[in-house]
Amino acid sequence: MSANNLNLTLKVWRQKNAQTAGKFVTYKAENISPDMSFLEMLDVVNESLVHKGEDPIHFDHDCREGICGMCSLYINGHPHGPKRAITTCQLHMRSFHDGQTITIEPWRASPFPVIKDLAVDRSAFDRIQQAGGYVSVNTGGVPDANEIPIPKVIADEAFNSATCIGCGACVAACKNASAMLFVSAKVTQLGMLPQGQPERYRRVQSMVAQMDAEGFGNCTNTGACEAECPKEIKMTNISRMNNDYFSAKLFRSEELHEQSQGEG
Amino acid sequence: MTLDAKIPAGPIAEKWSKHKFNLKLVNPANKRKYDIIVVGTGLAGASAAASLAELGYNVKAFCFQDSPRRAHSIAAQGGINAAKNYRNDGDSIYRLFYDTVKGGDYRSREGNVYRLAEVSVNIIDQCVAQGVPFAREYGGLLDNRSFGGAQVSRTFYARGQTGQQLLLGAYSALNRQIEAGKVKMYTRSEMLDLVMVDGKAQGIVTRNLENGKIETHSGHAVLLCTGGYGNVFYLSTNAMGCNVTAAWRAHKRGAFFGNPCYTQIHPTCIPVTGDHQSKLTLMSESLRNDGRVWAPKTVELAQKLRKGELKAADLKEEDRDYFLERKYPAFGNLVPRDVASRNGKEMVDEGRGVGTTGIAVFLDFADAIKRLGEDAVRAKYGNLFDMYYQITDENPYKVPMRIYPAVHYTMGGLWVDYNLMTTIPGLYALGECNFSDHGANRLGASALMQGLADGYFVIPYTVGDYLAKLGPKPVDTNHPAFEQTKKEVEERINKLLALKGTKTVDEIHRQLGHIMWEYCGMARNEEGLKKAKGMIQELRADFWKNAIVLGENEEFNMSLEKAGRVADFLELGELMVDDALMRKESCGGHFRIESQTDEGEAKRDDENFAFVAAWEYKGDNQPEELHKEELVFEEVHLTQRSYK
Repeated sequence: MSANNLNLTLKVWRQKNAQTAGKFVTYKAENISPDMSFLEMLDVVNESLVHKGEDPIHFDHDCREGICGMCSLYINGHPHGPKRAITTCQLHMRSFHDGQTITIEPWRASPFPVIKDLAVDRSAFDRIQQAGGYVSVNTGGVPDANEIPIPKVIADEAFNSATCIGCGACVAACKNASAMLFVSAKVTQLGMLPQGQPERYRRVQSMVAQMDAEGFGNCTNTGACEAECPKEIKMTNISRMNNDYFSAKLFRSEELHEQSQGEG
Repeated sequence: MTLDAKIPAGPIAEKWSKHKFNLKLVNPANKRKYDIIVVGTGLAGASAAASLAELGYNVKAFCFQDSPRRAHSIAAQGGINAAKNYRNDGDSIYRLFYDTVKGGDYRSREGNVYRLAEVSVNIIDQCVAQGVPFAREYGGLLDNRSFGGAQVSRTFYARGQTGQQLLLGAYSALNRQIEAGKVKMYTRSEMLDLVMVDGKAQGIVTRNLENGKIETHSGHAVLLCTGGYGNVFYLSTNAMGCNVTAAWRAHKRGAFFGNPCYTQIHPTCIPVTGDHQSKLTLMSESLRNDGRVWAPKTVELAQKLRKGELKAADLKEEDRDYFLERKYPAFGNLVPRDVASRNGKEMVDEGRGVGTTGIAVFLDFADAIKRLGEDAVRAKYGNLFDMYYQITDENPYKVPMRIYPAVHYTMGGLWVDYNLMTTIPGLYALGECNFSDHGANRLGASALMQGLADGYFVIPYTVGDYLAKLGPKPVDTNHPAFEQTKKEVEERINKLLALKGTKTVDEIHRQLGHIMWEYCGMARNEEGLKKAKGMIQELRADFWKNAIVLGENEEFNMSLEKAGRVADFLELGELMVDDALMRKESCGGHFRIESQTDEGEAKRDDENFAFVAAWEYKGDNQPEELHKEELVFEEVHLTQRSYK
């Protein structure tokens, strides 16, 4: 064993399925290389469980490079662990110290029911996107790409919103289980771009309505979502969404579009 | 059976338009009478499902992830090629076609590649219309960068997250159709078999990964958009869940497998650190626009670097060997992937590798930072540099990156004709899942292009032709073939669940990966391949005797999922070895040590091997039968590829 390797105590949430009550179970993770990712550490623990004939710890993961948004885990009280601006799969064991106890829980929010152990059902996010997170264009018959000039600052700003990976850390971090950061990221991306203008106000209303229907809470400006977001999506997205949402509720839609055209 | 690729006759630039005209149409009112199954929701699957639903077909789409947005297309970094010639630098559809055929080392079909280049321009238009935030210049128009194997700048990009943005675009189009009720989406559902009725593909059997329910689904056509099989190597840049199962099940039902040995080993990945490693992370090829690849000039210097007695910065200019720039002055660091990978391996084999393991070379940005400033480099590659830092704990703005080749993409896949139909009527393969457009080596930024070309602009035309001829008679799961196939799937699951041995499935998978990497990786020879074949057969027997599979079917069961996938990789691995053994020439990513030029480049044998190898499954533990589709080159003159 290398001198730098770690011995850790894990307290892991185990829950057979949504119908059964869960509990914390303690495991030892021994001889863990600091170069391992957090999920690789769990792989090692799981290998030893399988050898003992015990059910491995179930968790969601896929790309393991911080972009698919499949991995989750609430680690020592933080979604995606203690470091900023990364996902759990990018968290490496060098961020922990020998002898440490690590508590691992699933996302806790009623719109994200536990499926098993650390895996939760995030299909509510898909349903919110289905409610309006798109520009209604069919394949074919669109103008040449360079016929829609977009100022670089606008394209960059829209991109910053578009980097959301839909992991759900914002909801897990929020005391209200609010999904406002997630929803506002898409609303803002499309709301800033010329392609998104025709449906701008319709989109924000239908996405917010679906968000409410799924049971997510409201935003009370705590800022935990922004602090924990692995892609550093800003709370200004929420302000923009609120702005569009209230405008949509206060004005007639043809007036809104006249206004937004006037703004250029 | 003779393979008919159905390439239309006539001049290359007119083939696709003429073909589209000749294809039969389904009238708008009849489209709603057809059901189409789409398996996989990456670029190919999501774009196909959305486009077909927009036309009016009823689509059922499936993915094994918890959301269609997670498919591994999302991880593509660098960009997407299109022959827009927005740079005025001499690009054209013909040049993209030419570069792709040459880059593929003359082992792809001219007709397919030309069509790909032709529709590439429509893809960019489509994505922009959806609101994909591509990189732009201050004038508001789209920006481009360069990729390997090309001397023009034709790569469109969205920072280092192009795949993410393109996939989210296709996902949004898919969502719109789900909302409209035209697509029924099944998440956490894995296809475990194909259902054949009267010799045609007419449905699939799936397992719901949450509760284990085995389901049957019917459709007039089945589209496999299930990606590549790079995870046969255990370590690759693929996501953990990427697997060959859907394609392999279809292969066993009669779909021929094309060029299984063509594997792309990507030159710039973060090197392996230890046995615990579960996957490898790519550093985008776009980095080779500004990064310079080098190794120390001598073995002695390399040893000192490895021991930490010297740092990279201590090496003087004359002690560094910028080996790609030295050997390939015309393309320099932007040679195609197979060439860059082999040269990197050569350095390591000579003892000139760096890092503690000695299995890496440098990718250095010091010059670019000096020339452009750190901020400019950050703007272009910031997220990649951050990713590198997270994994290695080294700051690439200060010290050169260490990189080494890793398995990244598989050019091989299910054999398809010009219509993307496999040898099973009604079964189509799109994107990385098929073998068609990249020959023996794929150029960078061409995977995204092909996935979206197949899904947005090819399949909506070609599937209509099949459906029109088939007729709108309803299909349902009452046919006994569905019950029978379901039973076979259940038997197989029970067989897996009965395995109560001593080795974990991951241990066996890792062993398979070692065999494949050692003998069927970057360099292959007859002796090694023969040895590998025996080793894979033994390992397969070991799996079916000694593997541990826990739990039961009727639950979320990671252990069972993995076991099913690895069982299929253990069969595919042997076919890859057979194919590599048969192909005695070197071409692109397939490097047979016995066949190289005096300078050590891949040496093709056009007289004997200018064909697509399409393998037919003949039953368990039976040798597969080789069918050959001769490749005809009318436009591009076959030469020894040169990037000097």
